[in-house]
Parts: sequence; C-alpha cells; structure tokens
Amino acid sequence: MQIKKVGVLGAGNIGIGAVTDLVLHGMSAVVVDVSDEILQSARDAVLSNVRFAPMLQKSLPKISKQEALDRMQLTTNIQDLISCDFVIENVTEDWGIKQAVYEALDRTVPPEVCFGANTSCISITKIASATRRPANVVGIHLMNPVHLKPTVEVIRGFHTSDRTIETLLQLFAQLNKESIIVEDLPGFVSNRISHLFMNEAAFVLQDHVATAAQIDAVFKKCFGHTMGPLETADLIGLDTVVRSLDVLFESYQDSKYRCCPLMRKLVHAGHVGRKAGRGFYDYPKE
Amino acid sequence: MTSESAKRDGDVKGTIKKFLLRSINLPDVEDDEDLFESGMVNSLFAVQLTTFIEKTFGIEIGADDLDIKNFRSLNAATHFVKSKSAATAS
Repeated sequence: MQIKKVGVLGAGNIGIGAVTDLVLHGMSAVVVDVSDEILQSARDAVLSNVRFAPMLQKSLPKISKQEALDRMQLTTNIQDLISCDFVIENVTEDWGIKQAVYEALDRTVPPEVCFGANTSCISITKIASATRRPANVVGIHLMNPVHLKPTVEVIRGFHTSDRTIETLLQLFAQLNKESIIVEDLPGFVSNRISHLFMNEAAFVLQDHVATAAQIDAVFKKCFGHTMGPLETADLIGLDTVVRSLDVLFESYQDSKYRCCPLMRKLVHAGHVGRKAGRGFYDYPKE
Repeated sequence: MTSESAKRDGDVKGTIKKFLLRSINLPDVEDDEDLFESGMVNSLFAVQLTTFIEKTFGIEIGADDLDIKNFRSLNAATHFVKSKSAATAS
C-alpha cells in the first residue's frame, strides 16, 4: 500500500525534519502540536528546510513554497489525524506526556493504523503498553536533520508485528531511507552509546581537560566523525540530551548514565544549544 | 551594519570574513580555503551563511543560486555577493 498521508505529532526539531522529508517526497503531512505559535514556527522551519534541501543534497527536489504549503496541514486538534495512513509521534521525551498522547491517539485513530514512536530512549514496549494496539507500535529513531539522513534505526517492540514493520519499511522506501532493525531496550543502539559520548565529553570540558572545540576536533579529525559530541548535543538540544540521560539512568540504574552537572547547569541557564543561540558554543544570529 | 552600508563600504569580504570567524571560532581563514572540505564547518553551515548574506547585503537568493559552490570559500561567497549586487544595480 502506497502511503499518502502521514500524521506528525510534535513539531519540534525532529517533527519539523519529518514533515520536511514527507513534503519533499510528495506525501501529505498533518502536523499536530499544542499551540498555533509552535505550528507557525514549525511551518517557517519546514519552508526553510525545503528551500535549502536541494543545495545540501542534490538528489532532493526543488519544490515551490506553495507546493510545500499545500502538502502541510497544521492543527492543534488530534482528531485531524483520523484520515492518516501512518502516525509518527515525536513529542517531548517525558513518559507522562507520551503516555497521555498515546492514550489519546489510540482513542482517535482507526485501529489498523500504525504508530511510529520516535523516542530517544524510552522503551517501545513500554510506549506500546499505553495503547490497545501494541502490535501496531514500532520504534523509529530519526536522525537530525531528518531529510538529509539516509538511514533510520528501527526498533521492534515486544509485540510489534511483521505487518507493522512492513508498513514502516514501505514508508521509508518512499522516503529513500534504509532501515536498521534492532531489538528493544532503552536507548536502543544509537542513544545508549552516543549519550555516553556526549555526557563524557561534557565531563571532559567540565574538568578543563580541553576546550569544546578541541574535544569535537578530536572526534572529527582523529575518528573521522562528521560532528563532535558537543556540537551534536547542541544540535539535538541539551534539554533533550539531559532528559534522555535521565531516562537511561532510571532504566538501567547504572551510574555510567549520571548526567554531567555542567550540562544540567547549562540547561537551567537556558543555554540549551543551537535552538537557543547558546549551548556549549555560541551561535551568532544571522 | 545595514545592507546599504555593507555594500557601500566595499568591504564585502571583510563583512563575510567577520561572520565566518565568529561562527567557526578560529583565528583566521584563507581566502580560498574550502570551508566544507576542510571540516571547519559542515554543510548545514551553508544555510547560516546564505541567510546571513541575504540579510546583510539585501540580496534575494533564488533557487538556482542556492548552490554550495557559491558559498564554498570566502572568495566564492564574496564573488557571489558582488556579482549579485552588480546584477541588481544594473
């Protein structure tokens, strides 16, 4: 079945990236968030992404602003997801919020529709338990910036069915994305490991072993990574990274996931990374 | 700096260089150094640089101009701004 209309619940960084990708690949997106202000800001960000996409990746099409707008429906009403073929959820990484959202989704969307839970660290099996369709819930870990990343980590929950996996693979085929399917434990593969890097990099900075630029340079120039751990944390948002570390710590009860005090302090100071203009680095306004 | 003053004082390169150095946190950059291949910035920086150029120099950058080669180095970006400004003025 060709997927034509996808619901995107949560218009933060990843939600914006998902909508950009859908729109660029000719699909319609119904974007749900809690305020018109957030939705307008997401709309502007998607239009900017769409505009610059072909410059950053030549295989992406040039589409007009009007075409992009025609493929986006912005709404604060979750009921508008009722006609979607698939729903991608990326609300805040907070179990209380996720639980309430999934209960509402489950009541609203037809039972055969599958949900892609885009979570950093929360177990997919736990998320699925908030619904009456655990077989239709699958984990997807979209990477930032979504429309420029060719591969997605897909997480099979305890009850996730083969049909759900097939539906998701169909969606990703339409988005020209490859999937790596892994099993479900908090943080999965990517975040369980990457958050240790980011957290320890913050400890190294806190201990005055090196500057932020030096730490990132070691990863980029010695390891050949595209980005260093601190600039990655800034791009994700330090608030999100701290929340994920807290989930990992809570889930494994392992002190290796205790959050670096410097990172938590930056979050309290409002220096949450690129989106705030300040994090481990400063981002001058254009 | 307003778009008019940025263009009038002829220091297009200086203005772009100042923005670059402020963004990449390095003491200097060579005029022809490839910003992206050198690893100083990733390709996403092209978006920041393009937006800065549009706002600072009052240039409208169309879809066909959005090519990474126009923003690959300090010289490339300077040449792009000057050629667009000349085209707008004529």
